[in-house]
Amino acid sequence: MPEGRAEHYPGPIHQPPVKAGTVHDGQAVDALHAHHPKLQHHFDAMEQQAEASTLGMWVFLVTEIMFFGGLFMAYLVYRSASPAAFQEGSAHLSIGWGAFNTAVLIFSSLTMAMAVRSAQIGRPAKTQVGWLLATMALGATFLGVKVIEYSDKFRHHIVPGPFFDASQWEHPAGVEMFYSLYFCMTGLHALHMIVGIGIMTVIAIMAWRNQFDADYYTPVEVSGLYWHFVDIVWIFLFPLLYLIGRHYHG
Amino acid sequence: MSEHVAPPSLYVSVFLALMAGTALTVFVAFYDLGFLNNVVMLTIACIKALLVILFFMHVRWSTRLTWLVVASGFFWLLIMFSITMSDYLTRGWIAGSLR
Repeated sequence: MPEGRAEHYPGPIHQPPVKAGTVHDGQAVDALHAHHPKLQHHFDAMEQQAEASTLGMWVFLVTEIMFFGGLFMAYLVYRSASPAAFQEGSAHLSIGWGAFNTAVLIFSSLTMAMAVRSAQIGRPAKTQVGWLLATMALGATFLGVKVIEYSDKFRHHIVPGPFFDASQWEHPAGVEMFYSLYFCMTGLHALHMIVGIGIMTVIAIMAWRNQFDADYYTPVEVSGLYWHFVDIVWIFLFPLLYLIGRHYHG
Repeated sequence: MSEHVAPPSLYVSVFLALMAGTALTVFVAFYDLGFLNNVVMLTIACIKALLVILFFMHVRWSTRLTWLVVASGFFWLLIMFSITMSDYLTRGWIAGSLR
Protein backbone atom coordinates (compact mmCIF):
# COMPACT_ATOMS: atom_id res chain seq x y z
CA MET A 1 0.00 0.00 0.00
CA PRO A 2 1.48 3.38 -0.95
CA GLU A 3 2.91 5.59 1.75
CA GLY A 4 0.41 7.89 3.42
CA ARG A 5 -2.56 5.98 2.02
CA ALA A 6 -3.67 4.75 5.43
CA GLU A 7 -3.63 8.27 6.89
CA HIS A 8 -6.30 9.41 4.49
CA TYR A 9 -8.36 6.26 4.53
CA PRO A 10 -11.75 7.05 6.14
CA GLY A 11 -12.53 3.40 7.04
CA PRO A 12 -15.23 2.04 9.33
CA ILE A 13 -15.71 4.44 12.23
CA HIS A 14 -15.27 1.86 14.98
CA GLN A 15 -12.11 0.33 13.53
CA PRO A 16 -9.30 2.77 12.73
CA PRO A 17 -6.87 1.55 10.07
CA VAL A 18 -3.55 0.08 11.16
CA LYS A 19 -1.51 3.27 10.96
CA ALA A 20 2.19 3.83 10.47
CA GLY A 21 4.06 4.56 13.69
CA THR A 22 1.85 2.29 15.82
CA VAL A 23 2.32 -1.25 17.13
CA HIS A 24 0.05 -3.94 15.69
CA ASP A 25 0.16 -7.63 16.70
CA GLY A 26 3.43 -6.97 18.56
CA GLN A 27 5.06 -5.52 15.46
CA ALA A 28 6.03 -1.94 14.86
CA VAL A 29 4.13 -0.68 11.80
CA ASP A 30 6.16 1.47 9.41
CA ALA A 31 4.74 3.46 6.51
CA LEU A 32 5.16 0.52 4.13
CA HIS A 33 3.08 -1.83 6.29
CA ALA A 34 0.18 0.40 7.22
CA HIS A 35 -2.95 -1.38 5.99
CA HIS A 36 -6.71 -1.75 6.14
CA PRO A 37 -7.79 -3.47 9.39
CA LYS A 38 -9.60 -6.18 7.41
CA LEU A 39 -6.47 -7.14 5.44
CA GLN A 40 -5.26 -10.53 6.66
CA HIS A 41 -1.53 -10.98 6.98
CA HIS A 42 -1.10 -13.63 4.31
CA PHE A 43 -2.36 -11.29 1.59
CA ASP A 44 -0.41 -8.48 -0.03
CA ALA A 45 -3.34 -6.21 -0.81
CA MET A 46 -7.10 -5.87 -0.43
CA GLU A 47 -7.59 -6.60 -4.14
CA GLN A 48 -5.72 -9.89 -3.83
CA GLN A 49 -7.70 -10.84 -0.73
CA ALA A 50 -11.02 -10.08 -2.41
CA GLU A 51 -9.98 -11.96 -5.56
CA ALA A 52 -9.02 -15.04 -3.54
CA SER A 53 -12.41 -15.04 -1.75
CA THR A 54 -14.37 -14.61 -4.96
CA LEU A 55 -12.46 -17.40 -6.65
CA GLY A 56 -12.95 -19.68 -3.64
CA MET A 57 -16.69 -18.99 -3.74
CA TRP A 58 -16.80 -19.82 -7.44
CA VAL A 59 -15.02 -23.13 -6.80
CA PHE A 60 -17.71 -23.92 -4.24
CA LEU A 61 -20.42 -22.92 -6.72
CA VAL A 62 -18.87 -25.28 -9.30
CA THR A 63 -19.38 -28.14 -6.82
CA GLU A 64 -22.96 -26.89 -6.43
CA ILE A 65 -23.41 -27.03 -10.21
CA MET A 66 -22.44 -30.70 -10.09
CA PHE A 67 -24.62 -31.26 -6.99
CA PHE A 68 -27.76 -30.02 -8.75
CA GLY A 69 -26.36 -31.44 -12.01
CA GLY A 70 -26.87 -34.98 -10.72
CA LEU A 71 -30.60 -34.30 -10.29
CA PHE A 72 -30.86 -32.65 -13.72
CA MET A 73 -29.10 -35.74 -15.08
CA ALA A 74 -31.70 -38.02 -13.46
CA TYR A 75 -34.46 -35.78 -14.88
CA LEU A 76 -32.97 -36.09 -18.37
CA VAL A 77 -32.71 -39.88 -18.16
CA TYR A 78 -36.24 -40.47 -16.86
CA ARG A 79 -37.87 -37.85 -19.06
CA SER A 80 -36.28 -39.36 -22.18
CA ALA A 81 -37.57 -42.76 -20.99
CA SER A 82 -41.18 -41.61 -20.42
CA PRO A 83 -41.82 -38.21 -22.05
CA ALA A 84 -45.62 -38.52 -22.08
CA ALA A 85 -45.77 -39.23 -18.33
CA PHE A 86 -43.59 -36.18 -17.60
CA GLN A 87 -45.91 -33.98 -19.69
CA GLU A 88 -48.94 -35.41 -17.90
CA GLY A 89 -47.37 -34.75 -14.48
CA SER A 90 -46.17 -31.28 -15.45
CA ALA A 91 -49.66 -30.26 -16.60
CA HIS A 92 -50.84 -30.52 -12.98
CA LEU A 93 -48.35 -27.92 -11.69
CA SER A 94 -49.66 -24.36 -11.40
CA ILE A 95 -48.06 -22.28 -14.13
CA GLY A 96 -49.31 -19.13 -12.37
CA TRP A 97 -47.49 -19.82 -9.10
CA GLY A 98 -44.43 -21.04 -10.99
CA ALA A 99 -44.20 -17.87 -13.09
CA PHE A 100 -44.93 -15.70 -10.05
CA ASN A 101 -42.10 -17.34 -8.10
CA THR A 102 -39.74 -16.95 -11.05
CA ALA A 103 -40.49 -13.21 -11.10
CA VAL A 104 -40.04 -13.01 -7.31
CA LEU A 105 -36.60 -14.68 -7.51
CA ILE A 106 -35.46 -12.51 -10.42
CA PHE A 107 -36.55 -9.45 -8.47
CA SER A 108 -34.65 -10.72 -5.41
CA SER A 109 -31.53 -11.04 -7.58
CA LEU A 110 -31.93 -7.37 -8.52
CA THR A 111 -32.22 -6.28 -4.88
CA MET A 112 -29.21 -8.51 -4.05
CA ALA A 113 -27.15 -6.89 -6.80
CA MET A 114 -28.18 -3.49 -5.41
CA ALA A 115 -27.18 -4.59 -1.89
CA VAL A 116 -23.69 -5.49 -3.12
CA ARG A 117 -23.50 -2.23 -5.05
CA SER A 118 -24.54 -0.14 -2.02
CA ALA A 119 -21.69 -1.72 -0.02
CA GLN A 120 -19.29 -1.29 -2.96
CA ILE A 121 -19.80 2.45 -3.08
CA GLY A 122 -19.87 2.82 0.71
CA ARG A 123 -23.53 3.76 1.19
CA PRO A 124 -24.72 4.07 4.81
CA ALA A 125 -25.52 0.90 6.78
CA LYS A 126 -29.26 1.68 6.60
CA THR A 127 -29.24 1.52 2.79
CA GLN A 128 -27.23 -1.72 2.70
CA VAL A 129 -29.49 -3.39 5.28
CA GLY A 130 -32.58 -2.17 3.42
CA TRP A 131 -31.58 -3.93 0.20
CA LEU A 132 -30.64 -7.07 2.15
CA LEU A 133 -33.99 -7.13 3.97
CA ALA A 134 -35.82 -6.69 0.66
CA THR A 135 -33.88 -9.69 -0.71
CA MET A 136 -34.77 -11.78 2.34
CA ALA A 137 -38.45 -10.78 2.17
CA LEU A 138 -38.60 -11.85 -1.49
CA GLY A 139 -36.88 -15.14 -0.61
CA ALA A 140 -39.48 -15.73 2.12
CA THR A 141 -42.27 -14.92 -0.36
CA PHE A 142 -40.87 -17.58 -2.69
CA LEU A 143 -40.87 -20.15 0.13
CA GLY A 144 -44.42 -19.18 1.12
CA VAL A 145 -45.65 -19.90 -2.40
CA LYS A 146 -43.78 -23.21 -2.26
CA VAL A 147 -45.77 -24.11 0.88
CA ILE A 148 -49.03 -23.43 -0.98
CA GLU A 149 -47.91 -25.56 -3.92
CA TYR A 150 -46.62 -28.45 -1.78
CA SER A 151 -49.76 -28.60 0.36
CA ASP A 152 -51.85 -28.74 -2.81
CA LYS A 153 -49.86 -31.81 -3.93
CA PHE A 154 -50.40 -33.48 -0.54
CA ARG A 155 -54.14 -32.72 -0.69
CA HIS A 156 -54.48 -34.33 -4.13
CA HIS A 157 -52.40 -37.41 -3.23
CA ILE A 158 -49.75 -36.56 -5.80
CA VAL A 159 -46.85 -36.95 -3.38
CA PRO A 160 -44.93 -40.16 -4.26
CA GLY A 161 -45.17 -42.89 -1.66
CA PRO A 162 -47.90 -45.03 -0.05
CA PHE A 163 -50.56 -42.30 -0.45
CA PHE A 164 -49.88 -41.65 -4.13
CA ASP A 165 -53.19 -42.03 -5.99
CA ALA A 166 -52.35 -43.91 -9.21
CA SER A 167 -55.98 -44.02 -10.40
CA GLN A 168 -56.05 -40.37 -11.56
CA TRP A 169 -53.20 -40.77 -14.06
CA GLU A 170 -52.79 -42.29 -17.48
CA HIS A 171 -49.10 -43.10 -16.82
CA PRO A 172 -48.97 -43.47 -13.01
CA ALA A 173 -45.44 -44.94 -12.76
CA GLY A 174 -43.90 -42.19 -14.87
CA VAL A 175 -45.92 -39.45 -13.14
CA GLU A 176 -44.78 -40.73 -9.74
CA MET A 177 -41.18 -40.55 -10.99
CA PHE A 178 -41.80 -36.99 -12.27
CA TYR A 179 -43.09 -35.94 -8.86
CA SER A 180 -40.22 -37.71 -7.06
CA LEU A 181 -37.85 -35.56 -9.10
CA TYR A 182 -40.07 -32.48 -8.61
CA PHE A 183 -39.88 -32.81 -4.83
CA CYS A 184 -36.15 -33.65 -4.79
CA MET A 185 -35.19 -30.79 -7.10
CA THR A 186 -37.48 -28.08 -5.72
CA GLY A 187 -36.86 -29.37 -2.16
CA LEU A 188 -33.09 -29.11 -2.51
CA HIS A 189 -33.58 -25.69 -4.10
CA ALA A 190 -35.87 -24.57 -1.26
CA LEU A 191 -33.27 -25.79 1.25
CA HIS A 192 -30.73 -23.57 -0.49
CA MET A 193 -33.17 -20.65 -0.23
CA ILE A 194 -33.56 -21.23 3.53
CA VAL A 195 -29.77 -21.35 3.94
CA GLY A 196 -29.54 -18.21 1.79
CA ILE A 197 -31.96 -16.32 4.04
CA GLY A 198 -29.86 -17.43 7.04
CA ILE A 199 -26.70 -16.13 5.35
CA MET A 200 -28.41 -12.82 4.52
CA THR A 201 -29.42 -12.46 8.20
CA VAL A 202 -25.75 -12.66 9.21
CA ILE A 203 -24.69 -10.30 6.40
CA ALA A 204 -27.42 -7.80 7.34
CA ILE A 205 -26.23 -7.79 10.97
CA MET A 206 -22.63 -7.23 9.79
CA ALA A 207 -23.80 -4.42 7.50
CA TRP A 208 -25.78 -2.85 10.34
CA ARG A 209 -22.55 -2.83 12.41
CA ASN A 210 -20.77 -0.84 9.68
CA GLN A 211 -18.50 -3.73 8.71
CA PHE A 212 -18.56 -2.95 5.00
CA ASP A 213 -17.18 -0.09 2.96
CA ALA A 214 -15.80 0.59 -0.50
CA ASP A 215 -12.51 -1.16 0.37
CA TYR A 216 -13.97 -4.21 2.08
CA TYR A 217 -17.31 -5.77 1.11
CA THR A 218 -16.24 -9.34 0.28
CA PRO A 219 -18.85 -11.07 2.53
CA VAL A 220 -21.69 -9.22 0.73
CA GLU A 221 -20.14 -10.01 -2.65
CA VAL A 222 -19.67 -13.77 -2.10
CA SER A 223 -23.03 -14.33 -0.40
CA GLY A 224 -24.54 -12.43 -3.34
CA LEU A 225 -22.86 -14.94 -5.67
CA TYR A 226 -24.55 -17.74 -3.71
CA TRP A 227 -27.96 -16.05 -3.92
CA HIS A 228 -27.68 -15.49 -7.69
CA PHE A 229 -26.61 -19.11 -8.15
CA VAL A 230 -29.76 -20.34 -6.42
CA ASP A 231 -31.73 -18.03 -8.74
CA ILE A 232 -30.03 -19.63 -11.78
CA VAL A 233 -31.01 -23.12 -10.61
CA TRP A 234 -34.65 -21.97 -10.52
CA ILE A 235 -34.32 -20.40 -13.99
CA PHE A 236 -33.77 -23.98 -15.26
CA LEU A 237 -36.19 -25.73 -12.88
CA PHE A 238 -39.15 -23.55 -13.84
CA PRO A 239 -39.38 -24.43 -17.57
CA LEU A 240 -38.27 -28.06 -17.11
CA LEU A 241 -40.85 -28.80 -14.40
CA TYR A 242 -43.75 -26.40 -15.06
CA LEU A 243 -43.81 -25.76 -18.77
CA ILE A 244 -43.43 -29.12 -20.53
CA GLY A 245 -47.08 -30.20 -20.26
CA ARG A 246 -49.02 -27.09 -21.29
CA HIS A 247 -50.11 -28.52 -24.62
CA TYR A 248 -50.51 -32.07 -23.34
CA HIS A 249 -53.73 -33.71 -24.46
CA GLY A 250 -53.24 -37.25 -23.14
CA MET B 1 -10.61 -1.19 -4.44
CA SER B 2 -10.44 -1.48 -8.19
CA GLU B 3 -13.65 -3.51 -8.52
CA HIS B 4 -16.01 -2.34 -11.22
CA VAL B 5 -19.16 -0.61 -9.96
CA ALA B 6 -22.05 -1.12 -12.37
CA PRO B 7 -24.70 1.62 -12.67
CA PRO B 8 -28.21 0.81 -11.35
CA SER B 9 -29.60 1.36 -14.86
CA LEU B 10 -27.60 -1.67 -16.07
CA TYR B 11 -28.97 -3.85 -13.26
CA VAL B 12 -32.52 -2.70 -14.01
CA SER B 13 -32.02 -3.44 -17.74
CA VAL B 14 -30.81 -6.96 -16.91
CA PHE B 15 -33.80 -7.40 -14.59
CA LEU B 16 -36.22 -6.31 -17.33
CA ALA B 17 -34.54 -8.64 -19.85
CA LEU B 18 -34.92 -11.55 -17.39
CA MET B 19 -38.60 -10.73 -16.90
CA ALA B 20 -39.14 -10.51 -20.65
CA GLY B 21 -37.43 -13.89 -21.07
CA THR B 22 -39.73 -15.41 -18.45
CA ALA B 23 -42.83 -14.00 -20.16
CA LEU B 24 -41.63 -15.28 -23.53
CA THR B 25 -40.89 -18.78 -22.28
CA VAL B 26 -44.36 -19.03 -20.65
CA PHE B 27 -45.98 -17.74 -23.86
CA VAL B 28 -44.16 -20.26 -26.07
CA ALA B 29 -45.04 -23.15 -23.72
CA PHE B 30 -48.70 -22.88 -24.74
CA TYR B 31 -47.89 -23.71 -28.37
CA ASP B 32 -47.10 -27.23 -29.47
CA LEU B 33 -43.85 -26.96 -31.43
CA GLY B 34 -42.90 -30.58 -30.83
CA PHE B 35 -39.23 -31.03 -29.98
CA LEU B 36 -38.63 -27.31 -30.64
CA ASN B 37 -40.42 -26.49 -27.37
CA ASN B 38 -37.43 -27.89 -25.49
CA VAL B 39 -34.94 -26.06 -27.69
CA VAL B 40 -36.71 -22.71 -27.22
CA MET B 41 -37.21 -23.07 -23.45
CA LEU B 42 -33.61 -24.15 -22.82
CA THR B 43 -32.19 -21.44 -25.10
CA ILE B 44 -34.14 -18.79 -23.17
CA ALA B 45 -33.07 -20.33 -19.83
CA CYS B 46 -29.40 -20.36 -20.90
CA ILE B 47 -29.56 -16.72 -22.01
CA LYS B 48 -31.18 -15.76 -18.69
CA ALA B 49 -28.52 -17.69 -16.73
CA LEU B 50 -25.79 -16.03 -18.80
CA LEU B 51 -27.20 -12.56 -18.02
CA VAL B 52 -27.25 -13.34 -14.29
CA ILE B 53 -23.70 -14.75 -14.36
CA LEU B 54 -22.19 -11.94 -16.44
CA PHE B 55 -23.83 -8.94 -14.78
CA PHE B 56 -25.39 -9.77 -11.38
CA MET B 57 -22.47 -12.08 -10.52
CA HIS B 58 -19.91 -9.62 -11.96
CA VAL B 59 -18.13 -12.24 -14.08
CA ARG B 60 -18.17 -9.69 -16.92
CA TRP B 61 -15.61 -7.69 -14.92
CA SER B 62 -13.80 -10.58 -13.24
CA THR B 63 -10.31 -11.96 -13.91
CA ARG B 64 -9.58 -14.58 -16.54
CA LEU B 65 -9.00 -17.13 -13.79
CA THR B 66 -12.59 -16.66 -12.56
CA TRP B 67 -13.83 -16.97 -16.16
CA LEU B 68 -11.94 -20.25 -16.48
CA VAL B 69 -13.35 -21.69 -13.24
CA VAL B 70 -16.94 -20.73 -14.15
CA ALA B 71 -16.66 -22.07 -17.69
CA SER B 72 -15.03 -25.32 -16.54
CA GLY B 73 -17.92 -25.93 -14.11
CA PHE B 74 -20.49 -25.83 -16.91
CA PHE B 75 -18.16 -27.71 -19.25
CA TRP B 76 -17.90 -30.63 -16.81
CA LEU B 77 -21.69 -30.61 -16.43
CA LEU B 78 -22.01 -30.97 -20.22
CA ILE B 79 -19.50 -33.85 -20.15
CA MET B 80 -21.67 -35.63 -17.59
CA PHE B 81 -24.85 -35.06 -19.63
CA SER B 82 -23.38 -36.08 -22.97
CA ILE B 83 -21.54 -39.22 -21.85
CA THR B 84 -24.46 -40.46 -19.75
CA MET B 85 -27.04 -39.79 -22.48
CA SER B 86 -24.82 -41.36 -25.14
CA ASP B 87 -25.25 -44.54 -23.11
CA TYR B 88 -28.98 -44.32 -22.32
CA LEU B 89 -30.11 -43.14 -25.75
CA THR B 90 -28.18 -45.78 -27.67
CA ARG B 91 -29.04 -48.88 -25.63
CA GLY B 92 -31.76 -50.02 -28.02
CA TRP B 93 -29.68 -49.52 -31.15
CA ILE B 94 -27.94 -52.87 -31.23
CA ALA B 95 -30.16 -55.93 -31.45
CA GLY B 96 -29.69 -58.24 -28.51
CA SER B 97 -28.03 -55.59 -26.36
CA LEU B 98 -29.04 -55.03 -22.74
CA ARG B 99 -32.27 -53.19 -22.45
